[in-house]
Amino acid sequence: MKYLSSKSTTLAVTILAASLLSACGSSSDDDDVVVVDVPDETAMVSYDITLTNLTANQPLSPLAAQLHASDYQAWKVGSVASESLEILAEGGDNAALLAVDSASVYSAVSGTGAVAPGVTQTLTISAEEAGEMELTLLTMLVNTNDAFAGKTGLDLSALAMGESMKQFLPVYDAGTEGNSELAGTIPGPADEAGEGFNMARDDVDFVARHPGVVGMDHGYSESVLNSTHGFDSPAAVLTVTRTQ
Amino acid sequence: MKTKSLLSILPLSLASAMAFSQSIDVEITNLTHGIHFTPILVSAHDDTTHLFSAGMTASDELKAMAEGGDTGPLMAASAESVVDTDNLASGLLAPSASTPVTAIETGVNTHLSIVAMMLPTNDGFIGLDGWEIPTDVGTYTVYLNGYDAGTEVNDEIINGGGTPGVLGIPAAPGMDAGTGATGVTDMESNATVHIHRGNTGDTNLTGGISDVDSRIHRWLNPVAKVVVTVK
Repeated sequence: MKYLSSKSTTLAVTILAASLLSACGSSSDDDDVVVVDVPDETAMVSYDITLTNLTANQPLSPLAAQLHASDYQAWKVGSVASESLEILAEGGDNAALLAVDSASVYSAVSGTGAVAPGVTQTLTISAEEAGEMELTLLTMLVNTNDAFAGKTGLDLSALAMGESMKQFLPVYDAGTEGNSELAGTIPGPADEAGEGFNMARDDVDFVARHPGVVGMDHGYSESVLNSTHGFDSPAAVLTVTRTQ
Repeated sequence: MKTKSLLSILPLSLASAMAFSQSIDVEITNLTHGIHFTPILVSAHDDTTHLFSAGMTASDELKAMAEGGDTGPLMAASAESVVDTDNLASGLLAPSASTPVTAIETGVNTHLSIVAMMLPTNDGFIGLDGWEIPTDVGTYTVYLNGYDAGTEVNDEIINGGGTPGVLGIPAAPGMDAGTGATGVTDMESNATVHIHRGNTGDTNLTGGISDVDSRIHRWLNPVAKVVVTVK
């Protein structure tokens, strides 16, 4: 009985593997034999991107994800933030960044809604297969002036079908808005009079690692933030799994 | 991996005879938003040398670097075989700035250490302690944390005090700090090298407990990024 049941399991697995293999086989045959030099428009890659918010009390704005070539970079430490990055980092609005018109960006996807502390969200992003395949993913810590967590230029080209990669997301400061922590400057729920994007640039005007926030509980009485809004790096953990 | 395990079973004399000088490029980026680094010392040395050791009392040479940014005593104390490369940024390395890519011939040395004082702090420094230089050609990225030398009380009073043993912070190069502070603390419980707890600061630029601005002169680890290219 035991033997039989174990044998039937093996059989089922074998059949499944065979059907998977034949599905893969036919598509790679297309690549290797039928189309040699002409790019195959139907050859796609897809990734599941799963993010968990690791902060205590920093909801993360809707995720922004882009697949792109290696010459695209959404930010660089020491460089001035683009306006689209500023809009995301100050107000959590990813629309401008995801609409960036660049031949190097293959595809762009937004997450659905904010990601609350402790919550995990998955989005799927796909693009035509390409020799260079990098991921940019970022999101604002909404109870801050202009903090965002993310990775840009994460190389996925070596990720095989079914493989995963795990990354911890550091926190950056866009450098476009001073970290005043004052009422009327922060878009998140910590600031009832909150403000998002403001085109004025009243900070250092370069991207750097975020220095963290102070808060009213640490002697900055004018701050609308309290101790629960403190954070350290990393602010989130990211798992990228290639599904196609 | 294979090479490594092979080396570990070779007699010591043979292993050291196999050591050869490597050409490496080093580039250091200040990742912080509002902290300057004093002249940076990159030291290539053997596997037993340490400019600092976490959990140990700082040497007088490290103290001079951490309290005043003076790398001279550390270099003067280096063994003859050590390759010291000083002042990569030709002065201070500003927040988010990078040093020029600097070529170093390692000589007989196999490990790399890096130190520079963080300003404005009393005795905070960026530290890399004895990182083994890879032998495979490639580009390697290392992130550095902020340490406290444990030699000076973190009173956070900016008074020009950079001489070893003189209390106080030498300067805030960003010219964005206050004056007239009464001092955050007059005692420390850990006199060994440890991870810096960060500045306390305040928002009072003409008094209060700290001359450091709590909104600006903060950091989270890591504070520096080092890119080493083995050629």
